[in-house]
Amino acid sequence: MERWSLITMILAVSLTVRWTVSLNPYSGAGKPPMFGDYEAQRHWQEITINLPIHQWYFNTSSNNLKYWGLDYPPLTAYHSLICAYVAKSINPEWISLHTSRGFESLGHKLFMRATVFVADLVVYIPAILCYIHHCEGPERKKVSSLLCVLLYPGLILIDHGHFQYNSISLGLAVWGLLGLLFDRVLFGSVAFCLALNYKQMELYHALPFFCYLLGNSLKRDLKGEGDYSVLDPYWREAWEGWDLSAYKVLHLMIRLIKIALIVLISFACCWLPYLTSFQQSLQVLQRLFPVDRGLFEDKVGNVWCSLSVILKVKKVLSPLTQLWLSFAATLLTLLPTCIKLTINPTLNGFKLALVNCSLSFFLFSFQVHEKSILLAALPVLLLLHEIPFMATWFLLVSTFSMFPLLLKDGLLLPYTVTSLAFLLITTTLLSAFDKVSLEDLQLQLFSQGVRRYIPQFTIPPQFAKLTFLLSIIAMATLSMISATLSPPPQLPDLFPVLVSLFSCIHFLIFLMYFNILHLSEPLYQKHQRKVK
Amino acid sequence: MAAPSASSWSWFVPLALGVTLLKSLLIPAYHSTDFEVHRNWLAITHSLPVSQWYYEATSQWTLDYPPFFAWFEYLLSAVAQYFDKEMLVVQNVNYASNATILFQRLSVILVDVVFIYGVMECCKCVNRIKESKEIMERPAFILAALLLWNFGLLIVDHIHFQYNGFLFGLMLLSIARMFQERHLESALLFAILMNFKHIFLYVAPAYVTYLLRSYCFTANTPDGSIQWKSFSFSRLFALGSIVCSVFAVSFGPFIAMGQLPQVLARLFPFKRGLCHAYWAPNFWALYNVVDKVLSVIDVKLQLLDPAKLSKASMTGGLVQEFQHSVLPSVSPFTTLVCTLLSIMPAILHLWLRPRGPRGFLQCLILCALGSFMFGWHVHEKAILIAILPLSLFAVQNKNDAGTYLILVTAGHLSLFPLLFTGPGNELKGIELRLQLSSRMFDCSLQA
Repeated sequence: MERWSLITMILAVSLTVRWTVSLNPYSGAGKPPMFGDYEAQRHWQEITINLPIHQWYFNTSSNNLKYWGLDYPPLTAYHSLICAYVAKSINPEWISLHTSRGFESLGHKLFMRATVFVADLVVYIPAILCYIHHCEGPERKKVSSLLCVLLYPGLILIDHGHFQYNSISLGLAVWGLLGLLFDRVLFGSVAFCLALNYKQMELYHALPFFCYLLGNSLKRDLKGEGDYSVLDPYWREAWEGWDLSAYKVLHLMIRLIKIALIVLISFACCWLPYLTSFQQSLQVLQRLFPVDRGLFEDKVGNVWCSLSVILKVKKVLSPLTQLWLSFAATLLTLLPTCIKLTINPTLNGFKLALVNCSLSFFLFSFQVHEKSILLAALPVLLLLHEIPFMATWFLLVSTFSMFPLLLKDGLLLPYTVTSLAFLLITTTLLSAFDKVSLEDLQLQLFSQGVRRYIPQFTIPPQFAKLTFLLSIIAMATLSMISATLSPPPQLPDLFPVLVSLFSCIHFLIFLMYFNILHLSEPLYQKHQRKVK
Repeated sequence: MAAPSASSWSWFVPLALGVTLLKSLLIPAYHSTDFEVHRNWLAITHSLPVSQWYYEATSQWTLDYPPFFAWFEYLLSAVAQYFDKEMLVVQNVNYASNATILFQRLSVILVDVVFIYGVMECCKCVNRIKESKEIMERPAFILAALLLWNFGLLIVDHIHFQYNGFLFGLMLLSIARMFQERHLESALLFAILMNFKHIFLYVAPAYVTYLLRSYCFTANTPDGSIQWKSFSFSRLFALGSIVCSVFAVSFGPFIAMGQLPQVLARLFPFKRGLCHAYWAPNFWALYNVVDKVLSVIDVKLQLLDPAKLSKASMTGGLVQEFQHSVLPSVSPFTTLVCTLLSIMPAILHLWLRPRGPRGFLQCLILCALGSFMFGWHVHEKAILIAILPLSLFAVQNKNDAGTYLILVTAGHLSLFPLLFTGPGNELKGIELRLQLSSRMFDCSLQA
């Protein structure tokens, strides 16, 4: 079958699924006085189009920060402004200052859903297409993984159901990765800076980008893999008398300075209106990083929330201690993978480091929201065609971890259907359930190492399949119970807590797994193959 | 044709499951007045005795399908009471609680299993000589994809809301049986089908002609024409008794109650006008346009007195009778004559030179198209009766694939007005077209 017609059909199916999910209610639908994320986005359109730029992040009489004050970086604000201009040309009532609070109508919903749809289509989907296109493997496998990646339930449900614009920041992050893939380092850096300036949560991905760029530059320039023929003959002559190592170090410095400059310029461009005064920048930073909000809010599948079931961490420790504890824990867990990446900057390692860092941040960091699991889910999606079994498992758990939120939004039906569909396509098209051998799980090197101490060590395929099935059944049961039964009166949060505990345990195991995978990656002396 | 091995059909289940999941996602989508129609029929069949079914007129959506469909609604209503009892009250006009919507949507999805079975049987009939290793290039796979994922059917059944899925399943099953030379079963299935929805009368001539010619006459002369001596009365009797008994079971109770005229009046409402509320793209639509254009020109040229012009607008979305202004008005009898004339060549060809089940299917499609073009009060959904069987030819022959592409594009485009208030229906349209064109291009590469 012609490849383009197959890809068109896959795109059509993905877009159809997104559209059908958007038919469902959004976050905070019909729930005054605060409503939800949908109202927040609408409010930001109202604020950005009606108020001057310097007032957007400040608490003024026209801008009450307590009512969904802007807490994302400037690029989100600019995007809201563009949407607001479109909204104004259709129906100014949607974004009129003060009077449009809590505005809800079918036409407005269609407009808002359309903005998410366009964002997805313009940023995220092309990035994924580009990425899959450059993966290695048979055509059929690439096409299958494209369908599976595009039908990941978590992102569809949050963006097109709950209502957010994660596809923009995640899409830009993928463009950043693609930049590094094609050795267009400057493009990649710019793309990632834009992602960071859209949602500050992309900081979860920042360390791997930094480590990879550093490690890659070190390797290329210091180990003599740089291409000096691009130098001007004049300069080549000038260098002739100098020591080669000094030359390499200079080359490295130039490269790093170039990257640093481009990052600074990108940031400066995005923050331009707020660089006029120190107070402006500080206020924006304070909005982005609300350190006084506590270790966690709501029930989320991370370690602190799960610990607080047994030990009330928030009450036992002071806020400052909490901050330092989470900082230390996060740093400790992500250090091994970052160091490995700097020493051995391969693309596969980069993707694994992205998973490890974002998972570490999710599990141990400060003020984590359940939607942040999408930041870990993205690199796992990029690994789906390589380790289908574990990736599918992780992605299903990640969707399940957001179930209490989805249930509250009235998204039970699309959650059930999209999760079932995802399970169906990964098991049939990618044979996810069958790829449980040590080789498929990429654990051969690890198990070889362990067998030096424990000769009988092995992971039987049946064991893996059984645990996977039990996990799926547990998730299905918990979902059904949460949706149908009401919790006992003395434990009103029983079901969300069970969901977050379950997710947390799974995520810890996955963190271990992906760390093992990265740390057992062999060190190559020569050039790596481009994409694995 | 040898039965395929189990493993080579492993792609069918995911395909069917996939489309079922998509249908589930469409549960909250826009639904039309047809939703209320079926809710009303659930209420009528549940709450009222059989003698009242075809007389009940509280709601404007009176029962106008044959008795088997009424019994089907009765069976559904037995389950419906566990979802929401209020939907079964006849007076609750336009009642659409969440439970009601869930129940009705689920019932369409579940009953579609008949359609899936019909598709499977049709796939088995497809020519497997050019079987390739690559699943996507097998005719059976493409046919299953074209039928199961037919977007016209998805729009009509799972958004607009109707029960065509399982009816087309019965039709496909009947066609498959014809290909498998199981003529009596085919006739039985078709008779049952007609008693579910009498629109399938459109293709009855093809069945009658083929069964008489190729089943009742057991042999042909060497040059292919009729051998009159080979007429088998036993076969004719078997066919006749099957068909008559089915109709007896269906209409029997109503004949016994003396309600036959009323039932027939409900089934064939000729007062509804030449064209449906939204015009089916058939000949009479063109006729209306020409009439309108001529009347405008005539008024300008002062050949026609504006006061004499009919005030009713034919495009108003209302179902009613009206007269044409310039061209002669058309009566139901005229449309019948035109339809018969249009299908006569196909019927005659089938009679004189039958070419087995393939010839039958071709005649069936032509009958469907002819009736669509010239019939009285044709719905645009009726184009599906021609589109679905044509898929069988499209996967086997390049020329047919080209015809199919044109028919399906035009046919599905004409269904778009059915989604006139659905949010984002334009988006749906775009995606539909993408799906369509890519699949068509691919299938036209086959053969």
